[in-house]
Amino acid sequence: MAKVKKGVRLEHISKIYQDPKTGKDFYAVKDTNLEIEPGSFVTLLGPSGCGKTTTLRMIAGFESPDEGEIYLGEEPINKLTPNKRDTAMVFQSYALLPHYNIFDNVAYGLKLRNVPKDEIKERVLKILDLVELTGMEARMTNQLSGGQQQRVALARALVIEPSVLLFDEPLSNLDAKLRVSMRTEIRRIQQEVGITAIYVTHDQSEAMALSDKIIVMDKGYVAQMGTPQEIYYHPVSEFVADFIGEANFLKGKLTGTDDGKAVLDIEGNALKVEKRDDMEVGKEYTVVLRPEAASLADNGGMPCKVVLSCFMGSYQNYHVKVGNTLVKLEEHNPKNKRIYSVGEECHLVFDPASVHVLG
Amino acid sequence: MKNETVKSKWRPDFWFFTKLIVIVVMCLFIIYPFYTIITKSIFSNKVEGVTLYNFKRFFTKPYYYKALLRSLFVCLMTVLTTTLIGVPVAYLMTRYNIPGKNILHIFIIMSLMSPPFIGAYSWIILLGRNGIFAKLLNTIGLTAPTIYGRGGIIFVFTLHLFPYIYLYTSGAMNSIDSSLEEAGENLGMNKLRRIWTITLPVILPSILAGCVMVFMTCLADFGTPMLLGEGYVVLPVLVYNEYMSESAVNPYMASALSVIIVLCSLLVLVFQKLVIDKRNYQMSSLRPPQEIQLHGWKRFLASLPIYLIVFIAFLPQIVVVCQSFVERSFSGVVKGINLNNYRSIMSRLGGNIRNTYVFSLIAIVFIIIVGILVSYILVRKKGKVANFIDLLIMFPYVIPGSVLGIGLIVAFNRKPIVLVGTAAIMIISYVIRKLPYTVRSGTAFLYQLDPSVEEASINLGVSPMKTFFTVTARMMLPGVMSGAVLSWITCINELSSSIMLYSGKTSTIAVAIYQEVVRMSDGTAGALATILTVTTIISLVIVFRLTKGKVKIV
Repeated sequence: MAKVKKGVRLEHISKIYQDPKTGKDFYAVKDTNLEIEPGSFVTLLGPSGCGKTTTLRMIAGFESPDEGEIYLGEEPINKLTPNKRDTAMVFQSYALLPHYNIFDNVAYGLKLRNVPKDEIKERVLKILDLVELTGMEARMTNQLSGGQQQRVALARALVIEPSVLLFDEPLSNLDAKLRVSMRTEIRRIQQEVGITAIYVTHDQSEAMALSDKIIVMDKGYVAQMGTPQEIYYHPVSEFVADFIGEANFLKGKLTGTDDGKAVLDIEGNALKVEKRDDMEVGKEYTVVLRPEAASLADNGGMPCKVVLSCFMGSYQNYHVKVGNTLVKLEEHNPKNKRIYSVGEECHLVFDPASVHVLG
Repeated sequence: MKNETVKSKWRPDFWFFTKLIVIVVMCLFIIYPFYTIITKSIFSNKVEGVTLYNFKRFFTKPYYYKALLRSLFVCLMTVLTTTLIGVPVAYLMTRYNIPGKNILHIFIIMSLMSPPFIGAYSWIILLGRNGIFAKLLNTIGLTAPTIYGRGGIIFVFTLHLFPYIYLYTSGAMNSIDSSLEEAGENLGMNKLRRIWTITLPVILPSILAGCVMVFMTCLADFGTPMLLGEGYVVLPVLVYNEYMSESAVNPYMASALSVIIVLCSLLVLVFQKLVIDKRNYQMSSLRPPQEIQLHGWKRFLASLPIYLIVFIAFLPQIVVVCQSFVERSFSGVVKGINLNNYRSIMSRLGGNIRNTYVFSLIAIVFIIIVGILVSYILVRKKGKVANFIDLLIMFPYVIPGSVLGIGLIVAFNRKPIVLVGTAAIMIISYVIRKLPYTVRSGTAFLYQLDPSVEEASINLGVSPMKTFFTVTARMMLPGVMSGAVLSWITCINELSSSIMLYSGKTSTIAVAIYQEVVRMSDGTAGALATILTVTTIISLVIVFRLTKGKVKIV
């Protein structure tokens, strides 16, 4: 596919809907700015109602923004109807045409573009090979499994060689195992073709596994955009930290500095963290501690009491109380470690370098 | 909110013109005739100027207001009897292993879809003055109960219309989540209590919706009370008499009566909107109820009443077919079993037969085209205009055929548009009155089609217009067609507006049957009715094929 890769840019995009019950207007998407680089795989992630699907549908052209401008490459596309845009979408429900067979479904977009018959055949067969459906051309859509239908939908979108591929929660109708293998598949195909892809999901592990960049959305706003690592290790808010993976929030006042580090008072324990210039003495800060970063020991660290101890196979799951704060932690590879039981007094230990202080 | 189109500079598109045409046509053939009726109703040939004379006369003269009371009485009684039959039949059919229940289901639908007045005609043959049963009972010294008058009307209505209640109720029974009843059982309720406190309240809105259908159909029906009523005159018959009777044609009074009928059905519709629709429960039927297996005499006892009812309800059709082969002399003596009745109708009434099929076919072509477009507008182009069209389409539900007939006559018997006596006016009345079947079936079907299929097509570069014709319209076709066949069946059996609108050249089978029955010419009426019945059955078989047995009448 010798096409120039194009990025997508959203400038001050807002979309207003009317609440069907109260009749009040509300922002489904508010003043959103995004820059999606050509050839990258970007995921829009967030809980339902956060505006991620609306954003995607605005890029496809099924919704039009009330404010702002969308660019495909350098071309503003607000005025283009969906069929004139160089985007192809893979739908949650696959949206295959029930009265066509697999070949005709994939060839549908090409036929319209008056591609010669021989070329259609060649391109369709090539794409079907890419999505590993060779030999299925003559089947009807209802003779395929969910995973196969999803591949047809992907092939149908890819075959017209769009500049941008859009995915609207494409895996949510599949069972858990198939979901994992399909997402590897989608990532492989996207990298093979080298196409720009925008992917909507509410499944954080899917976002992690697929993306070059993740855009976390909440209530119409972009909460954070960054690589999966950035988002996981340096979340900007409690919302992001909580939405991506499990997180404990330890709150404490900044009491002073020591050795160039900031000292926080957490439930009577001093915790030394990296100092940032904007920190002020006396202000309360929230520390994000990932469950896998902490463990329990007989001494050292913060004194705590076990309230739940549960064997999960690959790890021992603990809930402990440090003062009034509940901390969840996962002790991995528990086979040769001391197991603490409920009611025991012990100590919570973790490397202060592994925590992240929210702004 | 998913179906918003791209806002760019507005220019009239295909859908704009479609909406415009639909609204103009509907206004011309529904609103305008009804408007003319209303204006006629406030004039009189007895009083100068605008007057409420007709209405005053209606509510003071027993001859008139009694007809209203009779209509209401017949309707309410029929609602009661059909419910008493329909609900238990639905319960037994959905919950127990009644043998041959699929066939029974089809028979019940067939008796509903059969021409309404054929029931009346058949029961006259069986229990009427020269009725077969009546004579049989006479020979052993008994008097058969009379089929004429109030009781007869209710009896025939009940057998014809209990399927409405059955269909609504069994639809609800099948979609009830069985864990609801299990929860009741789990809490220690016995079976009767469970039915009374859980099952019935949950399906009650559906039963009431069926009751509304029965009430409206009874109120509007003309053929049955006309044939059976004799002295017992109900509203639609009164309208016909006022308008058609050779002695004193009074279009003003007929118009006033029409307004009163429409007001009655509007009241019922308002009742439905205010009371029933609010209580409709959304069921997520995760586990539909299991069929309970009965054995031996229990199974027999559960099945027997259903077989009896279905047999009695279907009996008219059998009688009609048998009657069509019996040649009688003018005095009613049987001359032989042969095809003479058919020969007779072919030579005398060939025009009526041709008219019926030609008019209905033309009507159905319009109904399909308009049905597809309107269904699409109602589901995918929601908005104020769509709501207005929805209202217009629903309007024929509250306007009985005879009233629409009168409306079309008074509206189009003078310039600028003269249509009275033409085939066009018959076809127009069919399209207007029978379109709702197709639109309802089309919209129900379209709601289940995922809009993302259309979006996928547009997304792949196909223009919305082309997408509609290559993808959406094609996918809608099964839903629209099954509705269209129902529209077709009701077209060929249409009597109440045809009897108002026909002229010598445009008479139909239904009209001819009515006239033959009035002339006591049972054999030829039977032959004509057989043609309708056979066409109806064949058409229904086609619907069953189209929908794989899941036909939605209601």
